[in-house]
Amino acid sequence: MQTMPEPVPSDTPGDTQAHKTADMPRRELAVVPKRRLEMQEHVWADKIFRSLMVLCAVALLAIVGLIVAELIKESQLSISKFGFRFLVKQIWDPVNEDVGALPFIYGTVVSAIVALIIAVPLSVGTALFLTELCPQRIRGTLSLLVELLAAIPSVIYGLWGIFVLAPFLRAYVEPFLAKYFGWTGFFSGPKYGYGMLAAGVILAIMVLPLIASRTREVISAVPRVQREAALALGATKWEMLRMAVLRNARPGILGAVILGLGRALGETMAVTMLIGNRAEISRSLFAPGNTLASVIAGEFTEAVGNIYLSSLVEMALVLFVLTLIVNALAGLLVWSITRGMPSRALA
Amino acid sequence: MLNPRQNIALHRRLQNGLALGLITLAMLVVTVPLFLILGTVISRGIHGLNWSFLTQIPKPIGEVGGGMANAIVGSMTLLAVASLIGVPLGVGAGVFLAEYGRNKWGNIVRFTADVLNGVPSIVIGLTAYALVVVVQKHFSMLAGSVALGIMMIPTICRTTEEVLLLVPQSIREAALGLGIPKWRTILSVVLRTASSGIVTSIMLAFARIAGETAPLMFTAFGNQYWSKSVNQPTAALPLQIFTYAVMPYDEAHQQAWTGALVLIALIMFTVIFFRFIASRGAIKGAS
Repeated sequence: MQTMPEPVPSDTPGDTQAHKTADMPRRELAVVPKRRLEMQEHVWADKIFRSLMVLCAVALLAIVGLIVAELIKESQLSISKFGFRFLVKQIWDPVNEDVGALPFIYGTVVSAIVALIIAVPLSVGTALFLTELCPQRIRGTLSLLVELLAAIPSVIYGLWGIFVLAPFLRAYVEPFLAKYFGWTGFFSGPKYGYGMLAAGVILAIMVLPLIASRTREVISAVPRVQREAALALGATKWEMLRMAVLRNARPGILGAVILGLGRALGETMAVTMLIGNRAEISRSLFAPGNTLASVIAGEFTEAVGNIYLSSLVEMALVLFVLTLIVNALAGLLVWSITRGMPSRALA
Repeated sequence: MLNPRQNIALHRRLQNGLALGLITLAMLVVTVPLFLILGTVISRGIHGLNWSFLTQIPKPIGEVGGGMANAIVGSMTLLAVASLIGVPLGVGAGVFLAEYGRNKWGNIVRFTADVLNGVPSIVIGLTAYALVVVVQKHFSMLAGSVALGIMMIPTICRTTEEVLLLVPQSIREAALGLGIPKWRTILSVVLRTASSGIVTSIMLAFARIAGETAPLMFTAFGNQYWSKSVNQPTAALPLQIFTYAVMPYDEAHQQAWTGALVLIALIMFTVIFFRFIASRGAIKGAS
């Protein structure tokens, strides 16, 4: 066992066969009736095994079905009371049972967009560096570092955000932005540190590894001959990357970005801890806001009254639909470039 | 007179250098937050790390000492029960996809797994609340485990499928040709060949859920004391970190940082431990 690892455990027929080839035929002949019996058992065992595996797959379908059913069932009350207006109303007054989701939808989408504006150039750059420029020796270490970023729990991002990032933004970044870009209207008003900007920055760090790793997959899928052709025509390295790699990988990179968007929309803890939790729509990114996920996290356990609870579940439903659309789009785009190949087969 | 061709070359060289420089800069910038976060967690967390932190339950704010022993044990139990739910279902569905699912049904399951993977964790928590907490009429560890277990399934399922597809077809054919039934071929040959990859997939899923807070808020709920059964609310490290982080007291913040250090250490330790097991026990001959 120590010298030669066997893929087959010794109690299966495969092992004995290898050693006793000489007397095999005689044994086979002698046990033909018994063999046939075994074959029938095999058929049964195969069927049972297959149904077990099918059961697991069905359970997966059932779980998603249950999620959808529960969300729809529990939000019935709110849907029938507010109807479509729920999505476009700005009022958040749960005590008087008058609620609308617009500020939360706005906060969810805007914080995610801020995150993407920061994360996309960085992660595409990282992916290009790791696949095209990086010396072989440090590639493993660097990609491990990027992946470690994905392993840090959301709540620790939040903790770090509260005590390190928010004070830093308040003291250095926000005054700078207000001074030079205040005229745009996006960077004005009181500087709390907490708010849309902080949430966007922390989300950017969190979706970075996801976008970077997907972009890497897509870039590696670009055929080598494309690069060689560009270089042979006298292109510089950057021209090669731009013309041969990025242009070919564009749909896939877009898919990776949308996938990151999906993750950013649903992210809860770090955002709850940094966004300031106020149900307002404000043009300035310095102002506190709120997202669908963080209002559920913040208020669900304290919610009293069926309408209030039901409206929070309806927000979960809106969030679910939003992420579903975004992820489906991303899946389609990534698939369009990798042609459904499993990611590891590309490496 | 400048040679125009030389001029273009210079322009292109500059552009090339600038672009490559920016790409390298992006790589550097991306690694900065990792070191900043890990550095802060270690430097701030280490102050509060002592024996009582690991062995005592939280004390009321204002009293000195106290720890997160109940949260550490709670997290481990939650993760263990979640794995009992998530690992068999995930691996099973992965086997289905790789061995029986090269057809329309497989595509439906594959799509559903991707949908589930994209469902925000807070929504899964809400569902577990509706399915378990409402039925049981109280918060419980079981509800938290159900939420976390559901979150493990899609990751394990899709990675298991990928790994199983890497096992060469000739190995399956060899086993089947020797008269080994298909179920036995899958269990003893295909799964064993792919075991290290499957362990990696479980590890990935584990690392993903170990730090999850959102799905636990309305399920496991948190507990200041030891919880005695799976039917009681339980403390969990991420929940406890969150509770302390948003409190306006310095002692609470110290506990949160130390909790964060323990949580990160726990995740890294588990990942390395499983990697070790996988690298020793796995059969890698085939791939």
